[in-house]
Amino acid sequence: MIRHYLEFEKPLKELEARYEELKALSMDGREDFSSEIEKLEKKINKLKQEIFTNLTPWQKTLLARHIDRPHTLDFINMIFKNFVELHGDRNFRDDPAIIGGFASLDGKTVMVIGHQKGKDPKDMNAHNFGMSHPEGYRKALRLMSLAERFKKPIITMIDTPGAFPGVGAEERGQAEAIAKNLRVMSILKVPIIVIIIGEGGSGGALALGVGDRILMLENAIYSVISPEGCAAILWKDGSKGKLAAEALKLTASDLFELNIIDQIVKEPLGGAHRDPETTANNLKESILSHLNEITQLPTQLLIEKRYEKFRKMGVFTEG
Amino acid sequence: MSWFRKEEPPLIPKLKEKERPDLWVRCKNCQEIIYRLEIERNLDVCPKCNYHFQIPAEKRLSLIVDEGTFEEIDKNLSSVDILKFKDTKKYSDRIKDAQKKIGKKDAFVSGKARIGGYPVFIGIFEFKFMGGSLGSVVGEKVTRLVENSMENKTPLLIFTASGGARMQEGVFSLMQMAKTSAAIARLKNMGVPYITVLTDPTTGGVSASFAMLGDIILAEPKAMIGFAGPRVIKETIKAELPPGFQRAEYLLEHGMIDRIVPRQEMKKTLILLLDLLSH
Repeated sequence: MIRHYLEFEKPLKELEARYEELKALSMDGREDFSSEIEKLEKKINKLKQEIFTNLTPWQKTLLARHIDRPHTLDFINMIFKNFVELHGDRNFRDDPAIIGGFASLDGKTVMVIGHQKGKDPKDMNAHNFGMSHPEGYRKALRLMSLAERFKKPIITMIDTPGAFPGVGAEERGQAEAIAKNLRVMSILKVPIIVIIIGEGGSGGALALGVGDRILMLENAIYSVISPEGCAAILWKDGSKGKLAAEALKLTASDLFELNIIDQIVKEPLGGAHRDPETTANNLKESILSHLNEITQLPTQLLIEKRYEKFRKMGVFTEG
Repeated sequence: MSWFRKEEPPLIPKLKEKERPDLWVRCKNCQEIIYRLEIERNLDVCPKCNYHFQIPAEKRLSLIVDEGTFEEIDKNLSSVDILKFKDTKKYSDRIKDAQKKIGKKDAFVSGKARIGGYPVFIGIFEFKFMGGSLGSVVGEKVTRLVENSMENKTPLLIFTASGGARMQEGVFSLMQMAKTSAAIARLKNMGVPYITVLTDPTTGGVSASFAMLGDIILAEPKAMIGFAGPRVIKETIKAELPPGFQRAEYLLEHGMIDRIVPRQEMKKTLILLLDLLSH
């Protein structure tokens, strides 16, 4: 059930509330609302078509950050079994902005790691809105090295506004922590699948983003800087985020066209938050098919191909 | 005796108003007003507070490499406005303007040279070119430099000065962080030494990739080094920042860099390190 409505989703609010109400009423079986429910369904679908088929980059940005959107832990619970969360970087503390641990995917053990944003204000605060300190990236790296030692594939989920900008974060080496993840992930001897599930914000996102396949949910975004941050610097006006969102080319379809990502994973009409189960099923199917392909590769070739993948990113002229 | 009447040429060629460099400069750090020549004679270091001014790549080269040994590579790489990015100005115009003003194709100069006789591959940021921002050209040049260094098993030296990723290239600029770091990973596997020298400022995407990956990380005194900008941090935590925050001395204290080396001693220190690493 949707709890929060974005401005452009609001026309759906009343209809969806009425729909839920009728569904609940017909549950106890005393009255039959099926024809009314059916009519309502059609109406809702039509409206969803109108609203969601031509979303602007800014609307997608808002959707990617939607508080009701399924987050890393939701996907872990829907896609994997036996998730055992592992904590701490063994140096400073456990950073709750990134979670990770072993889990089974259709009977095979994998390491799954992702930014965790939180589902309500209290939970969001506890996870620091998915904004990691250095120890979060160091925990992720520890878990990835663990996966490498036991030859388990790694699946990362990206959902963060960015690395946390704070005094402690800088003192403990935010830049070094991110840089080290980029370096080590590029040569890990196990397959890595990266999925941008919501907000892919800057270096803090990329710190979990070096892999053999990069998948992206349809309404997720991935960018070098947040549209607001970009607007504040280049337009000298943070409220021009809408313009920056257009300019940055941060949507899944843009990034697929630019050859940065390998696949767009479909979300149900109306966005992942209207139907997390279907989204998770689509995602699981993609993970399995990509994993199947890359686990066949000999280790040396896998690493070679990963290097080539990033090596060719960039556009310039010479001469 | 016509030469008596000949007009004397002016001792200092007359420059148009906007071409004339200011005789007096205000130090960014201590705010003192100092005679320009005095700073220049002092290797562009403030004689009052020891603040190290940003210097152009050529000047840096002349201070570091053995005279006449530098051979530039990948000189002709130039940025492309793939996203058709436009903020208050078109990115393609920004590139053209910067190229015209600076006389370089982009923000990074690279090549091979000798330092104290030791062969090295060396890269230097040109901060004045769009704030030394990391876009596809800089990323490609850094990566090629690393690859050159690997092929020739020759030490790599990079002087950084950058505000971070080049936003106008969107996600391509972000990916340069991954690309350069992946190249460094291979260099490390081969055991070829990699030294970085962080100069003022080294922040954002450059610090969070190859700058912080040096086997040995040196910094110039008082250089601003960090990931997030101080303004953003201040706004986020809604509190004053500690004194000296994100300066080289602060990073040294927190264990993030190996040494702070004044400009006068940089070449000597590099030669010593190259010497120690090769015996």
